[in-house]
Amino acid sequence: MNERIPGFATLAVHAGAQPDPTTGARATPIYQTTSYVFESVDHAASLFGLQTFGNIYTRIGNPTTAVLEERVAALEGGTAGLATASGHAAQVLIFHCLLQPGDEFVASKKLYGGSINQFNHAFKNFNWNVVWADPDDISSFEKAISPKTKAIFTESIANPGGVITDMAAVAQIARRAGVPYIVDNTLATPYLCKPIDHGADIVVHSLTKFLGGHGNSMGGMIVDGGTFNWSRERRYPMLCEPRPEYHGVVMHETFGNFGFAMACRMLALRDIGPAIAPFNAFLILTGIETLPLRMQKHCENTQAVAEWIAAHPKVAWVSYPGLPGDRYHNLAKKYCPLGAGAVFTFGLKAGYDAGVNLVTNVQLFSHLANIGDTRSLIIHPASTTHRQLTDAQKVQAGAGPDVVRLSIGIEDKDDLIADLDQALAAA
Amino acid sequence: MNHDAYSDGYIRGILNTVKTIAMVGASERDNRPSYFAFKYLLERGYRMIPVNPGHAGETMLGQKIYARLSDIPEPIDMVDIFRASKHALAIVQEALLLKPHPQVIWMQLGVRNDEAAALAEANGMKVVMNRCPKIEYGRLSSEIAWIGVNTRTLSAKRPPIGGLQRMSLNRSSAPGGATAAADRVQRQESDQ
Ligand SMILES: Cc1ncc(COP(=O)(O)O)c(C=O)c1O
Repeated sequence: MNERIPGFATLAVHAGAQPDPTTGARATPIYQTTSYVFESVDHAASLFGLQTFGNIYTRIGNPTTAVLEERVAALEGGTAGLATASGHAAQVLIFHCLLQPGDEFVASKKLYGGSINQFNHAFKNFNWNVVWADPDDISSFEKAISPKTKAIFTESIANPGGVITDMAAVAQIARRAGVPYIVDNTLATPYLCKPIDHGADIVVHSLTKFLGGHGNSMGGMIVDGGTFNWSRERRYPMLCEPRPEYHGVVMHETFGNFGFAMACRMLALRDIGPAIAPFNAFLILTGIETLPLRMQKHCENTQAVAEWIAAHPKVAWVSYPGLPGDRYHNLAKKYCPLGAGAVFTFGLKAGYDAGVNLVTNVQLFSHLANIGDTRSLIIHPASTTHRQLTDAQKVQAGAGPDVVRLSIGIEDKDDLIADLDQALAAA
Repeated sequence: MNHDAYSDGYIRGILNTVKTIAMVGASERDNRPSYFAFKYLLERGYRMIPVNPGHAGETMLGQKIYARLSDIPEPIDMVDIFRASKHALAIVQEALLLKPHPQVIWMQLGVRNDEAAALAEANGMKVVMNRCPKIEYGRLSSEIAWIGVNTRTLSAKRPPIGGLQRMSLNRSSAPGGATAAADRVQRQESDQ
């Protein structure tokens, strides 16, 4: 039986969102409520016991948020989604379900700086121990595996842009080690890259960036690929053992290929608590409807701006995989054939002061610490986000004194180039 | 019948037709998957009959437990097999001795036995393997979307309501987001 599989843009508009069952409202209503009445004591018991589907309390689930969850799961090709208050919250919930104190996970050392902090410091307090590997030397992932390893974590396109991970190669290492492979797909979005197709078992997002896309709402998402056999590995007690916090339910046995998403919801979100606000879910959902259109424009603009910057006499180097000759250009063609994203870095020949002058002189680019907005954004990491590091640490983190990061928006590209032109002239 | 990929119409047709379901391997323990499915389907209006030789004569959620299919004193439309795959053939053989015999053999999530399926189909029965009727009901009514599950359906029609926090199977939908990687893993594992 051949059923037609809808395309990406159709899913971006429709997945998860049917007309409201009671009112017929076509846009997804904002269910701004904390709780939901039970029909009877029996109904409440079935809901709490997970024997029926439904809403109890918005920390655990909300009908507006649920539309967002199904939408992103469908776009990623996953079995289920779980939305959270932020991308960072999503990462805490994932690792809560995978790690016991004393366990390890292997992570790419080319990650969003906030994730590096979270893994190095916050997670250490839980005795969850990160072991760093180098995405430019895939064998370093294999070497980092120990009997305590419970997961591997990378980004698809790494923030601050430029680094593309050979996900199929990392996935093979994860498979041999019998651990799930988690990919942060924030910078690529499922429009440019679907990590589950390349062997990821779990996808995580900061919805705050391109998925929401308008710089107005924080949010995170966990997508269960439905590909990992938790019962066979038997090393993940949250998935394959009776859970005392849930009257002895065994998550993978009960929920099959969306067992991980259910564990994240019922064992992690319920007990740790970082639920997304329904209003934020609504705004992000509205953003996703135009994700394909925006990503096309983001990528088209970024390609033009990167090419223009690369030819500028005051610029020493540009790191954008969309440029022929970039060391990640071939990986970009394999993993992100529709475009290499909209975030990249470049270096100014005149160093630190020129970077400070550039962010001061721009008029259209906003000087702020975010990415993935309709507006174009600029930051000089050495004087802002990476200020507290030593010079050596800054260089190691890709935030040397000369580095500027751009997140290109969906304005007219000629205006963006003109703004950079005047600002560089004065830098 | 391609047992790796059932159409939504096939599953919906079965769940909309059958009324009496015998669940072989139903457990009275309220944290077991069979209990979850039994209770859910009972609440959705199916006549549910538990079959479990270890507890014959007791009741489960008010329904009398039978030791074997042939002990059930009324016709059944569907047998839901909550036992390891290797037991499925014997259960189909037992079901074929019933007069009239059930129209549907359903094997639970994780249960697949192609020999049993072939025997059932040769005798005119419909077969579903490696699926859960609770999950499929939730998916095709879209109730399961409340817990963030990809229903793999799309619809621009207002879905009918079945009650407070209850949706209905009496509707249609178009195919939605596929789960190709999860489906591939499931096929590989059932080949082993
Ligand atoms: C790649 C990446 N992952 C995760 C995060 C964290 O997300 P949030 O800020 O929503 O907690 C960010 C935020 O900048 C990011 O860029």
